[in-house]
Amino acid sequence: MQAFDYVRASSVDEVVSLLAQNGDQARVLSGGTDLLVALREGRRQAKLVIDVKGLAETSRIDYAPGKGLTFGAAVPCHRLYDNAEIAAAYPGLMDAATLIGGVQIQGRASMGGNLCNASPAADSIPALIAHSAIAVIAGPSGTREVPVEEFCIAPGRTQLQNGEFLVSLRVPAPAPGFGAAYLRFIPRNEMDIAVVGVGASVTLDESRTTFVAARIALGAVAPTPLYVAEAGASLVGKKVSAEAIEEAAKIAQAAARPITDMRGTAEFRKHLSAVMTRRTLEKAIARAKAA
Amino acid sequence: MSNKVRVQTKLNGHDVEFLAEPRQSLLEVLRDTLNLTGAKEGCNNGNCGACNVIMNGVLVNSCLVLAVEADGAEVTTIEGISLAGELHPLQKKFLEHAALQCGICTPGFIVSAKALLDKHPDPTEHEVRMWLSGNLCRCTGYDKIVRAVLDAADSPELEATRA
Ligand SMILES: Cc1cc2nc3c(=O)[nH]c(=O)nc-3n(C[C@H](O)[C@H](O)[C@H](O)COP(=O)(O)OP(=O)(O)OC[C@H]3O[C@@H](n4cnc5c(N)ncnc54)[C@H](O)[C@@H]3O)c2cc1C
Ligand code: FES
Ligand code: FES
Repeated sequence: MQAFDYVRASSVDEVVSLLAQNGDQARVLSGGTDLLVALREGRRQAKLVIDVKGLAETSRIDYAPGKGLTFGAAVPCHRLYDNAEIAAAYPGLMDAATLIGGVQIQGRASMGGNLCNASPAADSIPALIAHSAIAVIAGPSGTREVPVEEFCIAPGRTQLQNGEFLVSLRVPAPAPGFGAAYLRFIPRNEMDIAVVGVGASVTLDESRTTFVAARIALGAVAPTPLYVAEAGASLVGKKVSAEAIEEAAKIAQAAARPITDMRGTAEFRKHLSAVMTRRTLEKAIARAKAA
Repeated sequence: MSNKVRVQTKLNGHDVEFLAEPRQSLLEVLRDTLNLTGAKEGCNNGNCGACNVIMNGVLVNSCLVLAVEADGAEVTTIEGISLAGELHPLQKKFLEHAALQCGICTPGFIVSAKALLDKHPDPTEHEVRMWLSGNLCRCTGYDKIVRAVLDAADSPELEATRA
Protein backbone atom coordinates (compact mmCIF):
# COMPACT_ATOMS: atom_id res chain seq x y z
CA MET A 1 0.00 0.00 0.00
CA GLN A 2 1.14 3.60 -0.61
CA ALA A 3 2.85 5.27 2.35
CA PHE A 4 0.94 7.74 4.51
CA ASP A 5 0.93 9.17 8.00
CA TYR A 6 -1.69 8.15 10.52
CA VAL A 7 -3.34 10.22 13.23
CA ARG A 8 -5.76 8.91 15.78
CA ALA A 9 -7.74 12.13 16.27
CA SER A 10 -9.09 13.02 19.68
CA SER A 11 -11.39 15.95 18.98
CA VAL A 12 -13.72 17.30 16.31
CA ASP A 13 -11.62 20.48 16.08
CA GLU A 14 -8.46 18.46 15.48
CA VAL A 15 -10.10 16.60 12.58
CA VAL A 16 -11.41 19.82 11.05
CA SER A 17 -8.06 21.59 11.23
CA LEU A 18 -6.13 18.58 9.86
CA LEU A 19 -8.61 18.34 6.98
CA ALA A 20 -8.48 22.07 6.31
CA GLN A 21 -4.64 22.06 6.28
CA ASN A 22 -4.23 18.97 4.12
CA GLY A 23 -7.09 19.27 1.66
CA ASP A 24 -7.62 16.16 -0.44
CA GLN A 25 -4.26 14.77 0.68
CA ALA A 26 -6.07 13.74 3.86
CA ARG A 27 -8.66 10.98 4.18
CA VAL A 28 -10.98 10.23 7.07
CA LEU A 29 -10.86 6.64 8.33
CA SER A 30 -13.86 5.02 9.98
CA GLY A 31 -14.10 1.24 9.56
CA GLY A 32 -11.73 1.25 6.59
CA THR A 33 -13.71 -1.34 4.63
CA ASP A 34 -13.91 0.99 1.64
CA LEU A 35 -10.95 3.29 2.29
CA LEU A 36 -8.23 0.68 2.85
CA VAL A 37 -9.27 -1.27 -0.25
CA ALA A 38 -9.27 1.94 -2.33
CA LEU A 39 -5.85 3.04 -1.01
CA ARG A 40 -4.39 -0.40 -1.65
CA GLU A 41 -5.73 -0.49 -5.20
CA GLY A 42 -4.57 3.08 -5.81
CA ARG A 43 -8.09 4.32 -6.52
CA ARG A 44 -7.60 6.90 -3.76
CA GLN A 45 -4.44 8.72 -2.69
CA ALA A 46 -3.60 9.88 0.81
CA LYS A 47 -0.66 11.50 2.56
CA LEU A 48 -2.54 11.50 5.86
CA VAL A 49 -5.15 9.11 7.22
CA ILE A 50 -7.22 10.57 10.06
CA ASP A 51 -8.81 7.89 12.25
CA VAL A 52 -12.00 9.35 13.72
CA LYS A 53 -13.16 6.28 15.66
CA GLY A 54 -11.70 7.61 18.92
CA LEU A 55 -13.96 10.68 19.13
CA ALA A 56 -16.87 10.59 21.57
CA GLU A 57 -19.03 12.34 18.94
CA THR A 58 -18.43 9.76 16.20
CA SER A 59 -18.64 6.66 18.39
CA ARG A 60 -21.62 7.39 20.61
CA ILE A 61 -25.12 5.98 20.36
CA ASP A 62 -27.87 8.06 21.99
CA TYR A 63 -31.36 6.70 21.89
CA ALA A 64 -34.45 7.55 23.87
CA PRO A 65 -37.95 6.42 22.86
CA GLY A 66 -39.90 9.46 21.71
CA LYS A 67 -36.73 11.51 21.39
CA GLY A 68 -35.05 9.65 18.58
CA LEU A 69 -31.65 8.26 17.72
CA THR A 70 -28.31 9.95 17.19
CA PHE A 71 -25.39 7.72 16.35
CA GLY A 72 -21.81 8.55 15.54
CA ALA A 73 -20.66 8.38 11.92
CA ALA A 74 -18.05 5.75 12.85
CA VAL A 75 -20.34 3.40 14.80
CA PRO A 76 -19.96 -0.03 13.19
CA CYS A 77 -23.12 -1.77 11.98
CA HIS A 78 -22.95 -4.52 14.60
CA ARG A 79 -23.30 -2.01 17.45
CA LEU A 80 -26.60 -0.87 15.95
CA TYR A 81 -28.17 -4.29 15.45
CA ASP A 82 -26.81 -5.64 18.75
CA ASN A 83 -28.94 -3.00 20.50
CA ALA A 84 -32.40 -4.59 20.77
CA GLU A 85 -34.26 -1.31 21.41
CA ILE A 86 -32.75 0.39 18.37
CA ALA A 87 -33.27 -2.71 16.23
CA ALA A 88 -36.98 -2.68 17.10
CA ALA A 89 -37.48 1.06 16.56
CA TYR A 90 -35.54 1.36 13.26
CA PRO A 91 -36.28 -1.78 11.22
CA GLY A 92 -35.25 -0.28 7.88
CA LEU A 93 -31.82 0.64 9.26
CA MET A 94 -31.49 -2.87 10.68
CA ASP A 95 -32.26 -4.46 7.32
CA ALA A 96 -29.35 -2.48 5.85
CA ALA A 97 -26.95 -2.96 8.79
CA THR A 98 -27.34 -6.73 8.61
CA LEU A 99 -26.91 -6.81 4.81
CA ILE A 100 -23.64 -4.89 4.48
CA GLY A 101 -20.93 -7.51 3.86
CA GLY A 102 -20.64 -10.44 6.26
CA VAL A 103 -20.25 -10.30 10.04
CA GLN A 104 -16.56 -9.41 9.87
CA ILE A 105 -17.35 -6.44 7.63
CA GLN A 106 -20.22 -5.44 9.95
CA GLY A 107 -17.72 -5.48 12.82
CA ARG A 108 -15.98 -2.47 11.27
CA ALA A 109 -18.19 -0.92 8.55
CA SER A 110 -20.11 2.18 9.60
CA MET A 111 -23.20 3.79 8.07
CA GLY A 112 -21.28 7.07 8.13
CA GLY A 113 -18.57 5.51 5.97
CA ASN A 114 -21.20 3.96 3.71
CA LEU A 115 -22.77 7.40 3.23
CA CYS A 116 -19.46 9.28 2.73
CA ASN A 117 -18.26 6.68 0.25
CA ALA A 118 -21.31 7.74 -1.80
CA SER A 119 -21.68 4.63 -3.89
CA PRO A 120 -24.93 4.71 -5.91
CA ALA A 121 -25.54 1.14 -4.64
CA ALA A 122 -24.71 1.77 -0.95
CA ASP A 123 -27.18 -0.23 1.12
CA SER A 124 -27.62 2.05 4.11
CA ILE A 125 -28.45 5.23 2.19
CA PRO A 126 -31.99 4.37 0.94
CA ALA A 127 -32.75 3.05 4.45
CA LEU A 128 -31.46 6.24 6.09
CA ILE A 129 -33.58 8.31 3.69
CA ALA A 130 -36.67 6.21 4.43
CA HIS A 131 -36.10 6.91 8.13
CA SER A 132 -35.71 10.70 7.43
CA ALA A 133 -32.14 10.72 8.73
CA ILE A 134 -30.15 13.96 8.95
CA ALA A 135 -26.38 14.14 8.44
CA VAL A 136 -24.59 16.25 11.06
CA ILE A 137 -21.45 17.80 9.54
CA ALA A 138 -18.61 19.61 11.31
CA GLY A 139 -16.38 22.09 9.51
CA PRO A 140 -14.27 25.22 9.88
CA SER A 141 -17.36 27.40 10.40
CA GLY A 142 -19.14 25.12 12.86
CA THR A 143 -21.77 22.43 12.41
CA ARG A 144 -24.45 22.13 9.78
CA GLU A 145 -27.17 19.61 9.07
CA VAL A 146 -28.16 18.14 5.72
CA PRO A 147 -30.95 15.64 4.99
CA VAL A 148 -29.35 12.40 3.85
CA GLU A 149 -31.16 12.58 0.48
CA GLU A 150 -29.14 15.73 -0.33
CA PHE A 151 -25.77 14.41 0.91
CA CYS A 152 -24.51 12.58 -2.20
CA ILE A 153 -24.00 14.65 -5.35
CA ALA A 154 -22.34 12.19 -7.76
CA PRO A 155 -20.84 8.70 -7.61
CA GLY A 156 -18.19 8.91 -4.89
CA ARG A 157 -18.85 12.63 -4.29
CA THR A 158 -20.67 14.30 -1.42
CA GLN A 159 -21.77 17.66 -0.07
CA LEU A 160 -18.68 17.74 2.18
CA GLN A 161 -16.49 20.81 1.58
CA ASN A 162 -12.81 21.23 2.39
CA GLY A 163 -12.30 20.85 6.14
CA GLU A 164 -15.65 19.17 6.71
CA PHE A 165 -16.45 15.66 7.91
CA LEU A 166 -19.51 13.72 8.96
CA VAL A 167 -19.89 13.58 12.74
CA SER A 168 -23.16 11.77 13.28
CA LEU A 169 -26.54 10.78 11.93
CA ARG A 170 -29.74 11.94 13.57
CA VAL A 171 -32.86 9.84 13.03
CA PRO A 172 -36.24 11.05 14.30
CA ALA A 173 -38.31 8.91 16.63
CA PRO A 174 -40.77 6.73 14.73
CA ALA A 175 -44.40 7.93 15.04
CA PRO A 176 -47.10 5.48 16.16
CA GLY A 177 -48.11 3.35 13.16
CA PHE A 178 -44.64 3.59 11.63
CA GLY A 179 -42.96 0.78 9.73
CA ALA A 180 -39.92 0.67 7.46
CA ALA A 181 -37.88 -1.77 5.42
CA TYR A 182 -34.91 -2.01 3.11
CA LEU A 183 -34.65 -4.75 0.48
CA ARG A 184 -32.13 -5.27 -2.26
CA PHE A 185 -32.01 -7.55 -5.24
CA ILE A 186 -28.74 -9.48 -5.62
CA PRO A 187 -27.97 -12.56 -7.70
CA ARG A 188 -26.77 -14.54 -4.64
CA ASN A 189 -28.04 -14.82 -1.07
CA GLU A 190 -25.25 -12.88 0.63
CA MET A 191 -22.10 -10.84 0.06
CA ASP A 192 -22.98 -8.98 -3.12
CA ILE A 193 -23.70 -5.48 -4.40
CA ALA A 194 -27.29 -4.36 -4.96
CA VAL A 195 -28.63 -4.51 -8.51
CA VAL A 196 -31.50 -2.43 -7.14
CA GLY A 197 -32.14 -1.51 -3.50
CA VAL A 198 -35.23 0.13 -2.06
CA GLY A 199 -35.80 1.78 1.30
CA ALA A 200 -39.39 2.58 2.27
CA SER A 201 -41.22 3.79 5.32
CA VAL A 202 -44.91 4.27 5.98
CA THR A 203 -46.92 5.77 8.79
CA LEU A 204 -50.46 4.44 9.10
CA ASP A 205 -53.38 6.03 10.96
CA GLU A 206 -54.75 4.75 14.28
CA SER A 207 -56.85 2.03 12.62
CA ARG A 208 -53.78 1.04 10.54
CA THR A 209 -55.81 1.21 7.33
CA THR A 210 -54.83 4.57 5.82
CA PHE A 211 -51.46 6.07 4.89
CA VAL A 212 -50.56 9.19 6.86
CA ALA A 213 -47.04 9.49 5.46
CA ALA A 214 -44.61 7.52 3.31
CA ARG A 215 -41.05 7.86 2.02
CA ILE A 216 -39.41 5.85 -0.75
CA ALA A 217 -35.77 5.87 -1.89
CA LEU A 218 -33.99 3.74 -4.49
CA GLY A 219 -30.38 2.64 -4.77
CA ALA A 220 -28.34 1.60 -7.83
CA VAL A 221 -30.73 3.19 -10.35
CA ALA A 222 -29.15 6.66 -10.65
CA PRO A 223 -25.75 8.36 -10.08
CA THR A 224 -26.74 8.90 -6.43
CA PRO A 225 -29.25 7.19 -4.14
CA LEU A 226 -32.59 8.51 -5.31
CA TYR A 227 -35.29 9.91 -3.03
CA VAL A 228 -38.63 9.79 -4.89
CA ALA A 229 -40.79 12.16 -2.85
CA GLU A 230 -43.73 11.87 -5.29
CA ALA A 231 -43.94 8.11 -4.81
CA GLY A 232 -44.40 8.47 -1.06
CA ALA A 233 -46.71 11.47 -1.46
CA SER A 234 -48.98 9.46 -3.78
CA LEU A 235 -49.87 7.20 -0.85
CA VAL A 236 -50.82 9.89 1.66
CA GLY A 237 -54.53 9.84 2.52
CA LYS A 238 -55.13 6.61 0.58
CA LYS A 239 -56.38 3.33 2.04
CA VAL A 240 -53.78 0.59 2.20
CA SER A 241 -54.44 -1.44 -0.95
CA ALA A 242 -52.62 -3.31 -3.68
CA GLU A 243 -53.63 -0.57 -6.16
CA ALA A 244 -52.17 2.23 -4.05
CA ILE A 245 -48.92 0.29 -3.64
CA GLU A 246 -48.75 -0.46 -7.37
CA GLU A 247 -49.27 3.20 -8.20
CA ALA A 248 -46.42 4.26 -5.87
CA ALA A 249 -44.22 1.55 -7.38
CA LYS A 250 -44.94 2.90 -10.90
CA ILE A 251 -43.98 6.42 -9.83
CA ALA A 252 -40.73 5.14 -8.29
CA GLN A 253 -40.02 3.17 -11.45
CA ALA A 254 -40.58 6.23 -13.63
CA ALA A 255 -38.03 8.18 -11.57
CA ALA A 256 -35.36 5.49 -11.91
CA ARG A 257 -32.71 6.20 -14.56
CA PRO A 258 -30.43 3.18 -14.36
CA ILE A 259 -27.45 2.24 -16.49
CA THR A 260 -26.35 -1.12 -17.82
CA ASP A 261 -23.33 -2.67 -16.14
CA MET A 262 -21.97 -6.10 -15.19
CA ARG A 263 -24.67 -6.52 -12.55
CA GLY A 264 -27.68 -5.89 -14.73
CA THR A 265 -29.07 -4.12 -17.77
CA ALA A 266 -30.88 -0.80 -17.53
CA GLU A 267 -34.06 -2.55 -18.64
CA PHE A 268 -33.81 -5.18 -15.91
CA ARG A 269 -33.11 -2.52 -13.28
CA LYS A 270 -36.10 -0.53 -14.46
CA HIS A 271 -38.28 -3.61 -14.09
CA LEU A 272 -36.82 -4.36 -10.67
CA SER A 273 -37.44 -0.79 -9.48
CA ALA A 274 -41.20 -1.40 -9.50
CA VAL A 275 -41.00 -4.95 -8.14
CA MET A 276 -38.66 -4.05 -5.29
CA THR A 277 -40.62 -0.91 -4.39
CA ARG A 278 -43.78 -2.98 -4.10
CA ARG A 279 -42.11 -5.66 -1.98
CA THR A 280 -40.41 -3.14 0.28
CA LEU A 281 -43.64 -1.21 0.82
CA GLU A 282 -45.45 -4.44 1.66
CA LYS A 283 -42.83 -5.28 4.25
CA ALA A 284 -42.91 -1.78 5.74
CA ILE A 285 -46.72 -1.94 5.92
CA ALA A 286 -46.68 -5.35 7.61
CA ARG A 287 -44.29 -3.95 10.19
CA ALA A 288 -46.42 -0.85 10.71
CA LYS A 289 -49.45 -3.05 11.35
CA ALA A 290 -47.52 -5.23 13.79
CA ALA A 291 -46.08 -2.23 15.66
CA MET B 1 8.51 6.14 3.53
CA SER B 2 6.69 7.10 6.71
CA ASN B 3 8.24 6.59 10.11
CA LYS B 4 7.46 3.47 12.03
CA VAL B 5 5.07 3.76 14.92
CA ARG B 6 5.23 1.83 18.18
CA VAL B 7 2.14 -0.30 18.78
CA GLN B 8 1.25 -2.06 22.02
CA THR B 9 -1.29 -4.86 21.96
CA LYS B 10 -2.51 -7.77 23.99
CA LEU B 11 -2.00 -10.56 21.47
CA ASN B 12 -3.36 -14.01 22.35
CA GLY B 13 -3.22 -13.04 26.01
CA HIS B 14 0.34 -11.68 25.98
CA ASP B 15 1.55 -8.09 25.97
CA VAL B 16 3.18 -7.63 22.58
CA GLU B 17 4.86 -4.51 21.26
CA PHE B 18 5.91 -3.97 17.67
CA LEU B 19 6.86 -1.29 15.17
CA ALA B 20 4.71 -0.76 12.12
CA GLU B 21 4.48 1.64 9.23
CA PRO B 22 1.04 3.29 9.15
CA ARG B 23 0.37 1.76 5.75
CA GLN B 24 0.88 -1.81 6.97
CA SER B 25 -2.17 -3.95 7.60
CA LEU B 26 -2.54 -5.91 10.79
CA LEU B 27 -2.37 -9.05 8.64
CA GLU B 28 0.99 -8.02 7.19
CA VAL B 29 2.46 -7.36 10.63
CA LEU B 30 1.08 -10.56 12.14
CA ARG B 31 2.60 -12.62 9.37
CA ASP B 32 5.80 -10.78 8.45
CA THR B 33 6.85 -9.08 11.70
CA LEU B 34 5.42 -11.32 14.40
CA ASN B 35 5.74 -14.61 12.52
CA LEU B 36 2.16 -15.59 13.24
CA THR B 37 1.44 -17.09 9.85
CA GLY B 38 -1.85 -18.76 10.80
CA ALA B 39 -3.93 -15.91 9.40
CA LYS B 40 -3.75 -16.19 5.62
CA GLU B 41 -3.80 -13.63 2.85
CA GLY B 42 -6.40 -14.85 0.38
CA CYS B 43 -7.74 -11.74 -1.32
CA ASN B 44 -6.38 -8.78 0.66
CA ASN B 45 -9.68 -6.94 0.12
CA GLY B 46 -12.15 -8.22 2.68
CA ASN B 47 -13.90 -10.86 0.61
CA CYS B 48 -12.46 -14.23 1.65
CA GLY B 49 -12.15 -14.19 5.46
CA ALA B 50 -8.89 -16.19 5.48
CA CYS B 51 -7.27 -13.38 7.50
CA ASN B 52 -9.96 -13.15 10.19
CA VAL B 53 -8.98 -12.33 13.75
CA ILE B 54 -10.94 -11.24 16.80
CA MET B 55 -10.17 -7.68 17.87
CA ASN B 56 -11.63 -6.40 21.15
CA GLY B 57 -14.21 -9.18 20.99
CA VAL B 58 -15.27 -8.36 17.42
CA LEU B 59 -14.59 -10.49 14.34
CA VAL B 60 -12.66 -8.47 11.72
CA ASN B 61 -10.72 -8.99 8.49
CA SER B 62 -7.11 -8.27 9.53
CA CYS B 63 -6.33 -7.25 5.94
CA LEU B 64 -8.75 -4.32 6.41
CA VAL B 65 -7.30 -3.14 9.73
CA LEU B 66 -4.19 -0.98 9.92
CA ALA B 67 -1.65 -2.42 12.34
CA VAL B 68 -1.47 0.98 14.06
CA GLU B 69 -5.20 0.73 14.78
CA ALA B 70 -4.45 -2.27 17.01
CA ASP B 71 -2.65 -0.03 19.52
CA GLY B 72 -4.26 -0.70 22.89
CA ALA B 73 -6.41 -3.50 21.47
CA GLU B 74 -6.81 -7.15 22.42
CA VAL B 75 -6.29 -9.41 19.43
CA THR B 76 -6.91 -13.15 19.16
CA THR B 77 -5.53 -15.02 16.16
CA ILE B 78 -5.86 -18.70 15.25
CA GLU B 79 -2.67 -19.28 17.27
CA GLY B 80 -4.54 -18.17 20.40
CA ILE B 81 -7.57 -20.43 19.99
CA SER B 82 -6.16 -23.66 21.41
CA LEU B 83 -6.36 -24.09 25.17
CA ALA B 84 -3.16 -24.71 27.13
CA GLY B 85 -1.69 -26.84 24.37
CA GLU B 86 -4.91 -28.70 23.68
CA LEU B 87 -6.93 -28.20 20.54
CA HIS B 88 -10.13 -26.19 20.89
CA PRO B 89 -13.31 -28.26 20.31
CA LEU B 90 -13.76 -26.47 16.98
CA GLN B 91 -10.30 -27.57 15.88
CA LYS B 92 -11.00 -31.16 16.94
CA LYS B 93 -14.31 -31.22 15.10
CA PHE B 94 -12.75 -29.80 11.92
CA LEU B 95 -10.32 -32.74 12.01
CA GLU B 96 -13.00 -35.31 12.87
CA HIS B 97 -15.32 -34.15 10.08
CA ALA B 98 -12.47 -33.66 7.61
CA ALA B 99 -13.76 -30.12 7.16
CA LEU B 100 -10.73 -29.11 5.11
CA GLN B 101 -8.79 -30.11 2.06
CA CYS B 102 -6.00 -27.69 1.17
CA GLY B 103 -6.52 -25.93 4.50
CA ILE B 104 -5.79 -22.35 3.44
CA CYS B 105 -9.26 -21.19 4.51
CA THR B 106 -9.31 -23.19 7.75
CA PRO B 107 -7.79 -20.70 10.22
CA GLY B 108 -10.25 -18.06 9.05
CA PHE B 109 -13.20 -20.41 9.37
CA ILE B 110 -12.18 -21.50 12.87
CA VAL B 111 -11.67 -17.94 14.09
CA SER B 112 -15.05 -16.93 12.60
CA ALA B 113 -16.75 -19.95 14.15
CA LYS B 114 -15.14 -19.17 17.51
CA ALA B 115 -16.59 -15.63 17.36
CA LEU B 116 -19.98 -17.13 16.46
CA LEU B 117 -20.00 -19.57 19.36
CA ASP B 118 -18.82 -16.85 21.77
CA LYS B 119 -21.90 -14.84 20.82
CA HIS B 120 -24.45 -17.58 19.99
CA PRO B 121 -23.47 -20.79 21.79
CA ASP B 122 -26.29 -22.77 20.20
CA PRO B 123 -26.66 -21.60 16.59
CA THR B 124 -29.05 -23.04 14.02
CA GLU B 125 -27.66 -24.33 10.73
CA HIS B 126 -29.00 -21.20 9.03
CA GLU B 127 -27.20 -18.99 11.55
CA VAL B 128 -23.96 -20.88 10.99
CA ARG B 129 -24.25 -20.54 7.22
CA MET B 130 -25.06 -16.82 7.39
CA TRP B 131 -22.29 -16.14 9.89
CA LEU B 132 -19.73 -17.94 7.73
CA SER B 133 -20.89 -16.29 4.49
CA GLY B 134 -17.86 -13.98 4.58
CA ASN B 135 -15.46 -16.95 4.54
CA LEU B 136 -14.70 -18.55 1.21
CA CYS B 137 -13.56 -22.13 0.63
CA ARG B 138 -12.58 -23.41 -2.82
CA CYS B 139 -12.31 -27.07 -1.80
CA THR B 140 -14.86 -28.48 0.63
CA GLY B 141 -18.24 -27.34 -0.63
CA TYR B 142 -18.86 -25.96 2.89
CA ASP B 143 -21.10 -28.74 4.14
CA LYS B 144 -18.47 -30.48 6.27
CA ILE B 145 -17.46 -27.13 7.73
CA VAL B 146 -21.04 -26.40 8.76
CA ARG B 147 -21.38 -29.92 10.28
CA ALA B 148 -18.13 -29.46 12.21
CA VAL B 149 -19.26 -26.13 13.67
CA LEU B 150 -22.68 -27.49 14.65
CA ASP B 151 -21.06 -30.53 16.22
CA ALA B 152 -18.60 -28.35 18.16
CA ALA B 153 -21.50 -26.27 19.44
CA ASP B 154 -23.07 -29.46 20.80
CA SER B 155 -19.89 -30.79 22.36
CA PRO B 156 -19.72 -30.87 26.17
CA GLU B 157 -16.11 -29.76 25.89
CA LEU B 158 -17.24 -26.40 24.58
CA GLU B 159 -18.99 -25.71 27.90
CA ALA B 160 -15.68 -26.32 29.59
CA THR B 161 -13.92 -23.70 27.43
CA ARG B 162 -16.27 -21.08 28.83
CA ALA B 163 -15.70 -21.86 32.47
C1 LIG C 1 -16.21 -7.67 1.42
C2 LIG C 1 -16.99 -6.39 1.41
C3 LIG C 1 -18.37 -6.43 1.32
C4 LIG C 1 -19.12 -5.25 1.29
N1 LIG C 1 -20.47 -5.34 1.21
C5 LIG C 1 -21.21 -4.21 1.14
C6 LIG C 1 -22.62 -4.28 1.01
O1 LIG C 1 -23.21 -5.36 1.00
N2 LIG C 1 -23.31 -3.12 0.92
C7 LIG C 1 -22.70 -1.90 0.96
O2 LIG C 1 -23.38 -0.88 0.89
N3 LIG C 1 -21.36 -1.80 1.09
C8 LIG C 1 -20.60 -2.92 1.17
N4 LIG C 1 -19.23 -2.83 1.29
C9 LIG C 1 -18.59 -1.51 1.30
C10 LIG C 1 -18.28 -0.96 2.71
O3 LIG C 1 -18.13 -2.00 3.64
C11 LIG C 1 -19.38 -0.02 3.20
O4 LIG C 1 -19.54 1.03 2.32
C12 LIG C 1 -19.09 0.51 4.62
O5 LIG C 1 -20.28 0.96 5.19
C13 LIG C 1 -18.07 1.63 4.66
O6 LIG C 1 -17.92 2.06 6.00
P1 LIG C 1 -16.49 2.21 6.71
O7 LIG C 1 -16.76 2.65 8.10
O8 LIG C 1 -15.70 0.97 6.56
O9 LIG C 1 -15.89 3.38 5.83
P2 LIG C 1 -14.38 3.78 5.47
O10 LIG C 1 -13.79 2.79 4.57
O11 LIG C 1 -13.64 4.12 6.71
O12 LIG C 1 -14.69 5.13 4.67
C14 LIG C 1 -15.41 5.15 3.45
C15 LIG C 1 -15.20 6.50 2.77
O13 LIG C 1 -15.83 7.54 3.48
C16 LIG C 1 -14.87 8.45 4.01
N5 LIG C 1 -15.27 8.67 5.40
C17 LIG C 1 -15.43 7.71 6.36
N6 LIG C 1 -15.91 8.25 7.48
C18 LIG C 1 -16.07 9.57 7.23
C19 LIG C 1 -16.56 10.67 8.01
N7 LIG C 1 -16.97 10.49 9.28
N8 LIG C 1 -16.58 11.91 7.45
C20 LIG C 1 -16.17 12.07 6.15
N9 LIG C 1 -15.71 11.08 5.38
C21 LIG C 1 -15.66 9.84 5.90
C22 LIG C 1 -13.52 7.78 3.86
O14 LIG C 1 -12.47 8.71 3.70
C23 LIG C 1 -13.75 6.92 2.64
O15 LIG C 1 -13.61 7.68 1.48
C24 LIG C 1 -18.46 -4.00 1.35
C25 LIG C 1 -17.07 -3.95 1.46
C26 LIG C 1 -16.32 -5.13 1.50
C27 LIG C 1 -14.83 -5.05 1.62
S1 FES D 1 -7.29 -11.72 2.96
FE1 FES D 1 -8.54 -10.57 4.28
S2 FES D 1 -10.50 -11.11 3.63
FE2 FES D 1 -9.28 -12.12 2.17
S1 FES E 1 -9.96 -26.28 2.22
FE1 FES E 1 -9.07 -25.40 0.46
S2 FES E 1 -9.99 -23.44 0.41
FE2 FES E 1 -11.05 -24.40 2.01
